[in-house]
Amino acid sequence: MRRHTLAVIVENRPGVLTRVTTLFRRRGYNIESLAVGETENPSISRITIVVMGDEKIMEQVTKQLYKLVDVIKIVDITDKRSVERELVMIKVKADVNVRAEIVQIVDIFRARIVDIGKTSLIIEVTGDSGKIDAIVESLKPFGIIELVRTGIVAMVRGEIK
Amino acid sequence: MQLKGAEILLRCLQDEGVDTVFGYPGGAVLPIYDALFESSIRHILGRHEQGVAHAADGYARATGKVGVCIATSGPGATNLVTGIATANMDSIPLVCFTGQVGTPVIGRDAFQEADITGITMPITKHNYVVERTEDVAHTVKEAFYIASTNRPGPVVVDLPKDVMERSIDYKPEEVEVNLRGYRVMKGYNSGQVISAVELIKTAKRPVIYAGGGVISSNAAEELRELALKRKIPVTTTLMGMGAFPGNNYLNLGMLGMHGTRYANYAIGESDLLIAIGVRFDDRVTGNIATFAPHARVIHIDIDAAEIGKNVDVDVPIVGQVKEVLQGINQRLDEVTEYWEWHQTIDRWKEEFPLRYGNSCEGRIMPQNVIEKIYDLTRGNAIITTEVGQNQMWAAQYYKFEHPRTFLTSGGLGTMGYGLPAAIGAKIGRPDLPVIDIAGDGSIQMNIQELATAVQYQLPVIVCILNNQFLGMVRQWQGLFYGGRYSSTDMSHQPDFVKLAEAYGAIGIRVSREEELDHALKQALQVTDRPVVLDILVEREADVYPMVPPGGSLSQMLGGVEI
Repeated sequence: MRRHTLAVIVENRPGVLTRVTTLFRRRGYNIESLAVGETENPSISRITIVVMGDEKIMEQVTKQLYKLVDVIKIVDITDKRSVERELVMIKVKADVNVRAEIVQIVDIFRARIVDIGKTSLIIEVTGDSGKIDAIVESLKPFGIIELVRTGIVAMVRGEIK
Repeated sequence: MQLKGAEILLRCLQDEGVDTVFGYPGGAVLPIYDALFESSIRHILGRHEQGVAHAADGYARATGKVGVCIATSGPGATNLVTGIATANMDSIPLVCFTGQVGTPVIGRDAFQEADITGITMPITKHNYVVERTEDVAHTVKEAFYIASTNRPGPVVVDLPKDVMERSIDYKPEEVEVNLRGYRVMKGYNSGQVISAVELIKTAKRPVIYAGGGVISSNAAEELRELALKRKIPVTTTLMGMGAFPGNNYLNLGMLGMHGTRYANYAIGESDLLIAIGVRFDDRVTGNIATFAPHARVIHIDIDAAEIGKNVDVDVPIVGQVKEVLQGINQRLDEVTEYWEWHQTIDRWKEEFPLRYGNSCEGRIMPQNVIEKIYDLTRGNAIITTEVGQNQMWAAQYYKFEHPRTFLTSGGLGTMGYGLPAAIGAKIGRPDLPVIDIAGDGSIQMNIQELATAVQYQLPVIVCILNNQFLGMVRQWQGLFYGGRYSSTDMSHQPDFVKLAEAYGAIGIRVSREEELDHALKQALQVTDRPVVLDILVEREADVYPMVPPGGSLSQMLGGVEI
């Protein structure tokens, strides 16, 4: 069992996301992360799905997805040279005593502070899941009030589409 | 030409070659029914939308054409659901049109509104909501294309009332289907076919395991050629009954939970399993870990997702069963081998034939009824079934000679399927006798369709194997729940003879074995109305042999000595 990142190219139509997620639920596959949006072609959307599975499960996931009429193409980019990114916003407790320490952490991770409240900060960070996990761990001791992730998007390096 | 959406719909149906639709009117489909009033398309009015869907399904199975049904929005559409799921599990091509509330009020919980596309998403091959009258023509085209190609299945098209009511300037023109995400499968990997041929040539104990895919691909001819060329024994699934002649000595009958012992033993000893148009269902394989333990596996199927889903395969071949079998047959010479293998199987056949005992109560044995029906029709009839013991006895004791003559809800196991499916089959194949083998429980799930059969003067025959039990559930309670017959005793049944007569059908009670032959003959002579035979059978007859759930095919219960 390991993490697989699938780029699923679909028709940009209402209900397509439901078809994909219903299929995962019905067949008992676990979605770890899911992100969806329009592509350079407005009639096509791209769903990036991260799913746990062994080779057999992944074969079934792919074949079952292909049976959906609205699915045009699926690429498993797990073993391809690719760039994976996720954006996370973290609202963390930050009174005057610890602000400096938090700003240091934000600098190390090349994150950004996008809101300053009286006793809190919102930090925006982009990266692969390793980096995200690391900053979350570093901020935990200060008290995380709220955290939201976009889900992973990924792209194969080089000219290949 | 100015045409309403509903008129465009009917023109498109005619372009698809549709001459019969099954349906039930209602508020949201009034525009469609208004257009049907003057149309040359024949509309069969059911009595419940579930019956309507099964009738369209029975029509599709019997004829090989796409079955078409219409229901109104809300409850009309939700009543179709069981029928759609039945067709989906058995890969039957249906196009179901559902009415929908007008587009301005969709999503506002309007009267008789139900999100039928949402509801049917997991039980259809694909579905649509048509939001503009301009989209009617190409959506209908796509729906038929998707339903009938590759692995067939049901497609739902939801039609809001205003979309059907509105007139547009319609120009009939060739609509091209162009779906980026759906391509019709053509051809196959010939390297894989060569590998399969090599395996067949070197096998010592091959078995063909054939299923519904052979029938939906119209490949019975090709299957017969393959089996006869090499004298390879054939076992079929419930869905594959009729794919290979029942009387041929190579036919081992059904395999699996209620299969014959010799079919299951053959699977257990086989060194090559040629799986054709099948999906290795749990009712077939029993304990998957001990299924065909010595066999290499060739798996031919149109649906790539079926390959490797339940068992590992040595030679997968994705393609139309018909084309692939032609490819294999071309490369195989006619050689009779496997002499020892046939001897072994013959021994099993002799030692473990299908058999049943005598009645303890002097009642008719249900298996005997099926044998009688076979004696009188000899495979030249369409048999439909309900679900449970009636279905298994029909599969065991009727020898199906032709494809598309055994219509049964195999995957979903839908009680109430048989009568409406028989109606659809009779409309599609008026030349053949159509007999529903029913139980006293199942028949009551859609008995209202007797009115449909009477209205259209359809001489379908309903043989109720009346044991006043939900027999299959009772059998399991007897075997696995200590004989605690919880809620399976149905002694309080209606008088089926009077009920039939009330509907305008003929009702005949058969309580003694010697009446059976005469009653069946009498029923087969009726030409203008349905006949219900209320056959009082042994109350606690069980279906044997049997692989207990989760057990191995090699360890069957019962049917050895009586």
